[in-house]
Amino acid sequence: MNITELTVHELQEKLKNKELTIKEITKAYTDRMDEKEKDVQAFVTVLKDEANKKAEEIQSKIDNGEIKGELAGIPIGIKDNICTKGIKTTCSSKMLENFVSPYDATVMEKINNENMIDLGKLNMDEFAMGSSTEHSYFKKTKNPWNLNKVPGGSSGGSAAAVASNMVPWALGSDTGGSIRLPASFCGVVGLKPTYGLVSRYGLIAYASSLDQIGTITKDVKDAAMLLNVIAGHDEKDTTSINKEKVDYLKALKNDVKGLKIGVPKEFFGEGINQEVKQALQQAIETYKELGAKVEEFSLDIAKYSLASYYIIACAEASSNLGRFDGIRYTYRTKEFKNLKEIYKKSRSEGFGPEVKRRIILGTYVLSSGYYDAYYKKAQQVRTLVMKEFNKGFEKYDVILTPTSPTVAFDIGSKSSNPLEMYLADICTVSVNIAGLPGISIPCGVDKSGMPIGMQLIGNKFCEETILNAAYTFEQKIKFREKYKPEFKK
Amino acid sequence: MLRDKYEVIIGLEVHAELSTKTKIFCSCPTEFGAEPNTHVCPICMAMPGTLSVLNEKVVEYAVKAGLATNCEISRDSKNDRKNYFYPDLPKAYQISQYDKPLCEHGYVEIDTEEGKKKIRLTRIHIEEDAGKLNHDEFSGGSLVDLNRAGVPLIEIVSEPDIRSSEEAESYLRKLKSILEYIEVSDCKMQEGSLRADVNVSVRKKGDTKLGTRTEMKNMNSFRSITRAIEYEVDRQIDVIEDGGKVEQETLRWDEVSGKTFSMRDKEDAQDYRYFPDPDLVAIKLSEEYIENIKKTLPELPESRKQRYLEKYKLSEKDANIITASKYLSDLFEGATKICNNPKAVNNWIISDISRILNETEMDPIEIPFDSKQLAKLIILIDKGTISSKLAKKVLVEMFEHPRDPEDIIDEKGWVQISDEGAIKDVVLKILEANPQSVSDYKGGKDKALGYLVGQAMKETRGKANPQMLNKMFLEELKK
Repeated sequence: MNITELTVHELQEKLKNKELTIKEITKAYTDRMDEKEKDVQAFVTVLKDEANKKAEEIQSKIDNGEIKGELAGIPIGIKDNICTKGIKTTCSSKMLENFVSPYDATVMEKINNENMIDLGKLNMDEFAMGSSTEHSYFKKTKNPWNLNKVPGGSSGGSAAAVASNMVPWALGSDTGGSIRLPASFCGVVGLKPTYGLVSRYGLIAYASSLDQIGTITKDVKDAAMLLNVIAGHDEKDTTSINKEKVDYLKALKNDVKGLKIGVPKEFFGEGINQEVKQALQQAIETYKELGAKVEEFSLDIAKYSLASYYIIACAEASSNLGRFDGIRYTYRTKEFKNLKEIYKKSRSEGFGPEVKRRIILGTYVLSSGYYDAYYKKAQQVRTLVMKEFNKGFEKYDVILTPTSPTVAFDIGSKSSNPLEMYLADICTVSVNIAGLPGISIPCGVDKSGMPIGMQLIGNKFCEETILNAAYTFEQKIKFREKYKPEFKK
Repeated sequence: MLRDKYEVIIGLEVHAELSTKTKIFCSCPTEFGAEPNTHVCPICMAMPGTLSVLNEKVVEYAVKAGLATNCEISRDSKNDRKNYFYPDLPKAYQISQYDKPLCEHGYVEIDTEEGKKKIRLTRIHIEEDAGKLNHDEFSGGSLVDLNRAGVPLIEIVSEPDIRSSEEAESYLRKLKSILEYIEVSDCKMQEGSLRADVNVSVRKKGDTKLGTRTEMKNMNSFRSITRAIEYEVDRQIDVIEDGGKVEQETLRWDEVSGKTFSMRDKEDAQDYRYFPDPDLVAIKLSEEYIENIKKTLPELPESRKQRYLEKYKLSEKDANIITASKYLSDLFEGATKICNNPKAVNNWIISDISRILNETEMDPIEIPFDSKQLAKLIILIDKGTISSKLAKKVLVEMFEHPRDPEDIIDEKGWVQISDEGAIKDVVLKILEANPQSVSDYKGGKDKALGYLVGQAMKETRGKANPQMLNKMFLEELKK
């Protein structure tokens, strides 16, 4: 038995049957980290010794009957923009290289309440700005399927760690596609919940009205399980919604008969890679075979969404990142003559180029005289995008698109061209703009063996619908049994 | 006079700290005077990842202030971010309200020489206070204290309806008294919980266009506001008379030199990049909510004043002074209820208490004793336990080392001698020692009686009951 290849629900089963112990599981993962991290470079902070120690503690607590819990002792990896008390949270930025959070994010409290074991903090694009994880200050994470390719971003460390079996599952965050895109590039399952389903308290803000914490897992059942842990109202986040708790596992019925799926033709037009298109068409056929009703329709929002996304996200970022000013917990420039120089030099030296680009863009669109032309207009577009989606959901339960127009691209191939990089998000951003839930699951590989992702979008708080649709598809095509990352060099 | 050719235009932006127990976006205490950085948490320190949650009490207090100043209350309001960098502003944005304030279009009525005058309010909005920078004498650097960061404020913006420094003062006093009455702010100016930005411009009489204004920031005493306005008006008139132009700028008033100084150069003209705070949901208020707050509004100064005129027959002037401060007014009503002597309470407040407040630059809210203790003092005089002369000393003691007046006179041995036998002993002793005065009196010199009483007071160190002394001397001298 290869422990690290198992999903979390499989691990649970083995724990229950006493085929495995918590210590064995954690040890298997830390050994796997020793083996693969040097190639994949997914972690900013590795908690190897801490994890093995914690596994022992939890094991003895379970043995003493002090704790129960279905997920006790299950390891997890955390994206490095989620605050972890006493452990560095860097956002993969020089600015926060030495920042140790004095508090736990709400999702971390929930993870800790389950007695899960944190294996480490995962690499990302600096402050979650990027689509390839090349914008990390510390390292470039590699795609486990081909080490010359990017893992996608910004949660590239999370997706690569799950795909390479260095963690059984991970938390990521998604502002414009940052969970779904890397999940698609790395052949794993990425779920971005509805805006407001998961508390953002403790998630270092990039764009507050778009950010959402979500899951990166090996399969859909694990996604439902981890969502069960992290979803729920939090009084520390007024944008989190107070609604009745749902057991997402119960949604997985392995049945999509009668499910109405809308396929927006605009997402399959210009710019889409032919192999991606074919894989998606194959997926559509699969759904038809499974009894779903699939129909093409028009949802012409992608390019407007992308434009309004970059205005809104950058505007909010320019304000959110103001606190990294060289005064308190951040990087501070070594030499300065006055206060203005502390600000100028600390921020010039502490932020990477993509972060600076977005701060400048955001500052510009909010400045007086430009506010109406950019920010206000972008918000109006946002309302229109929501309306268009609403129209779609009057007819369909699920909207199906590619997660990205292409498979993972070569490291360095787009990093010098920001606009081209931004286009990687064209299929995902509209979901954030409208605050909807979206899931990316693998639906095939291209000729070179790189995974292709399919995105399923649901109406607000209809996670159950997309989880079931994804699960049913996954059970049918059995992607994980057919394809495995090969760490091609 | 040159001044007479000009009209003065003043508008005030008043910041009042709200007296909620906790801060506006977190649950840290708002108390003043704690050790630096002890009333802080990850939220008000702006640790990465933290989020703001609006304290509902802040909305309630601001709505109260709006209702008490005749404002329209917005049913649909929101919080906006005002972005700028400064070390006392840890988030690098202040959460304020930009285009949808909670309250708009109100007014406050003030008394002027020409009668009552309405000063219109443009708006009242809620926002958070910033922290404080303290100069570090050892390193020469600045230390950031975030205790005040996130303390809730309301900003009350007036229209440019004020025409003189006197009107400015009386507007501010009125505002202060309203805020005290509705108990939304303690308005302690020395602690900075009430402060004003003063906008001043002048124009030639008859001009319809407003002149260029200057702004003096963070003024926190009536005296400096009045002086600063006077200085600034003269300065602006001088500039214009010399053929110059008043520059629109922010000024700092220097109390010591009595002058204003330019604070920022124009290069730093700020663009605050206001936008709606995405972390906070819109503030929607129902009719019912507003009605309920309306019901909790207490009696305001104007109506209390009328009551004092009618029921207690106070003079208009005294009633004005007492009702101007909720604390004085509460002191008056509380003490009167106990001792049943409104005239005496009135006199104590208007004369001795007001004098001590003035001398010590104390605010009425800082009076260290309560109405019960003041009433006790008055009852002690009424019962003849102490003379009113001694009572004044007791009052000073009550300010300095607050405790019950009985305890003070016990400790100090200030109980008035009202025992007939004891007084008689003194009288006889003094008569015996001053035969000359006795014969002077008997010879028709009435003044000699005063001398004898004085001697007796000296003998008893002021403790003898003066009425009894007088009476007994007269009896003895008649013998």
